[in-house]
Amino acid sequence: MLNKTIKAAVGICAVSLFLSACSSTSTTDPNSAGVDASDSSVTTSGSGISSVTSAEDAAPSETVFYFDFDSSVLRPESRALLNAHAKALKANPRSVRLEGHADERGTREYNIALGERRAQSVRAYLLAQGVVSSIEVVSYGEEYPAVDASNEYAWQQNRRVEIK
Amino acid sequence: MRVVIVFLLAWLLSSSVAHAELTIRITQGVDNPTVIGIVPFNYTGTIPLPENVSDIISNDLRRSGQFGPIDPSHMLSYPSHQEDVIYRDWRLLGSEYLVIGNIDPKDSGYQLTYSLYDVVSQQIMISNQVVVVESNGLRDMAHHVSDAVYELITGIRGVFSTHIIYVEHQKAVRQYRLMRADMDGARPQVLLKSSEPLLSPTWSPDGQSVAYVSFETSRPAIFVQNLLTGKRQQITNFKGLNGAPAWSPDGRKLALVLSKDGNSEIYTIDLASRRFSRITNHFGIDTEPTWAADGKHIIFTSNRGGKPQIYRANIAGGGVQRLTFEGNYNARAQVAPDGKHIVMVHRRANVFHIASQELGTGQVRVLTETNLDESPSIAPNGALLIYATKVNGKGALASVSMDAGTKFILPSTSGDVREPSWSPYFK
Repeated sequence: MLNKTIKAAVGICAVSLFLSACSSTSTTDPNSAGVDASDSSVTTSGSGISSVTSAEDAAPSETVFYFDFDSSVLRPESRALLNAHAKALKANPRSVRLEGHADERGTREYNIALGERRAQSVRAYLLAQGVVSSIEVVSYGEEYPAVDASNEYAWQQNRRVEIK
Repeated sequence: MRVVIVFLLAWLLSSSVAHAELTIRITQGVDNPTVIGIVPFNYTGTIPLPENVSDIISNDLRRSGQFGPIDPSHMLSYPSHQEDVIYRDWRLLGSEYLVIGNIDPKDSGYQLTYSLYDVVSQQIMISNQVVVVESNGLRDMAHHVSDAVYELITGIRGVFSTHIIYVEHQKAVRQYRLMRADMDGARPQVLLKSSEPLLSPTWSPDGQSVAYVSFETSRPAIFVQNLLTGKRQQITNFKGLNGAPAWSPDGRKLALVLSKDGNSEIYTIDLASRRFSRITNHFGIDTEPTWAADGKHIIFTSNRGGKPQIYRANIAGGGVQRLTFEGNYNARAQVAPDGKHIVMVHRRANVFHIASQELGTGQVRVLTETNLDESPSIAPNGALLIYATKVNGKGALASVSMDAGTKFILPSTSGDVREPSWSPYFK
């Protein structure tokens, strides 16, 4: 188990240079540290209780990950949700589509490349978690804003990757 | 000498002319435009003309920023023949030039006979030039006169007969439209409708085709569409990005962006052989290629230095050179016809402007003050550029002279408009 965890952590660091500092995963970020802990407790103690396991493995209803301006670095607070998705996908493999988006600022083609890079960050993280599903990446850049307005709130909502 | 110019109807597809037109509002002009009188043309026909030709000419010249046409209601006389021209009437109004003319029905169309006078030296510059058009060609007639007058007075070739292509988004019906219009926004035609995004339209150097990106297959793909026949060809359909097509100066190749090899990179494709060549190789984003005037270099956007900046690559190989250093966001460059300047999207104090940069000195000049400006496209005479901006939260097209002296906005009466591309000259 420990071995596996280390391997996954190394994989995350190696696969995606754009992830924010890997060390923060285990040491500085309290959210993801908490998730890691509950993961291990479920696998060690809950092997016989199938109903609990399937509830734990259900795909989370939250399917959007947010990013900083001109950045494809996964935010530390996205990890808990990413881990939950990874777990669900491992339990119930299905083909996944990751749609990358950008806010309206800057140029359209650059934003399409940026949206793809954001989706690739999510894809790399899921693969590093051991997800074997086929994961398609498509970027719409700034073409499909979640919130159609020109202000900080809208821009933040629009810099995102959606799991479909 | 009488010269007859017959306009072949380029508007073969005019059955799809949309009703919503772009209307023009001039937001800033130069301080001392050349005053010119365009006298309403005398018309000998009985059926009213569908267009006001002298008005269109006045608007053309006003939009150039270099002319200040006299309001017809202020004119002291309305000559239509040389013997009626009283120079004093025009000197009193400060007019340096004068255009007069007559329109007559001719076969199924119209014939204009016009003259241009230099009021100051009292000389005839254009004498009884004749322009013949079909019945739906009055706007072509007007733009032709504007081009002739503009070139004779300024020494710069006019662009009033050129066209623009742009994308219109009709949000309510979730429809994207590839549009073509006169450079003043008149006579918009739908070239393509799609329920999925269309973007990055760009004219071929011969003016006969347009390349663009369509998401109609639920993924981006590059298409080339012939503007006369409407025939479409899908050029790429790779996994990942297929974007930012840019024609080589000779029209034989497209530069484009693909991420098929794992990352956003610039490639060229030879359109005849369909052979691809990879131009860039870097783990950063490389996108928005455009060709240098020599056809041997590609200028593109890359964030390889951390933030998007403009770089230049030699197609034959041999390294990449960074061109922009001012500001932390420079993107989507286009090379001016003189080959010595680029225009680009430039962020300053968190605002996205259009700026030009002299390649030799690196000197940057901000051309627009509005926010969220993008997609600059230079007119073929290098004097003006058109770009996309936002007006009251809606996408609009605007134009600015390369010396930043004149600006005008073409707000659309329908939908969001964006991504303008200025045509080359039509032969």
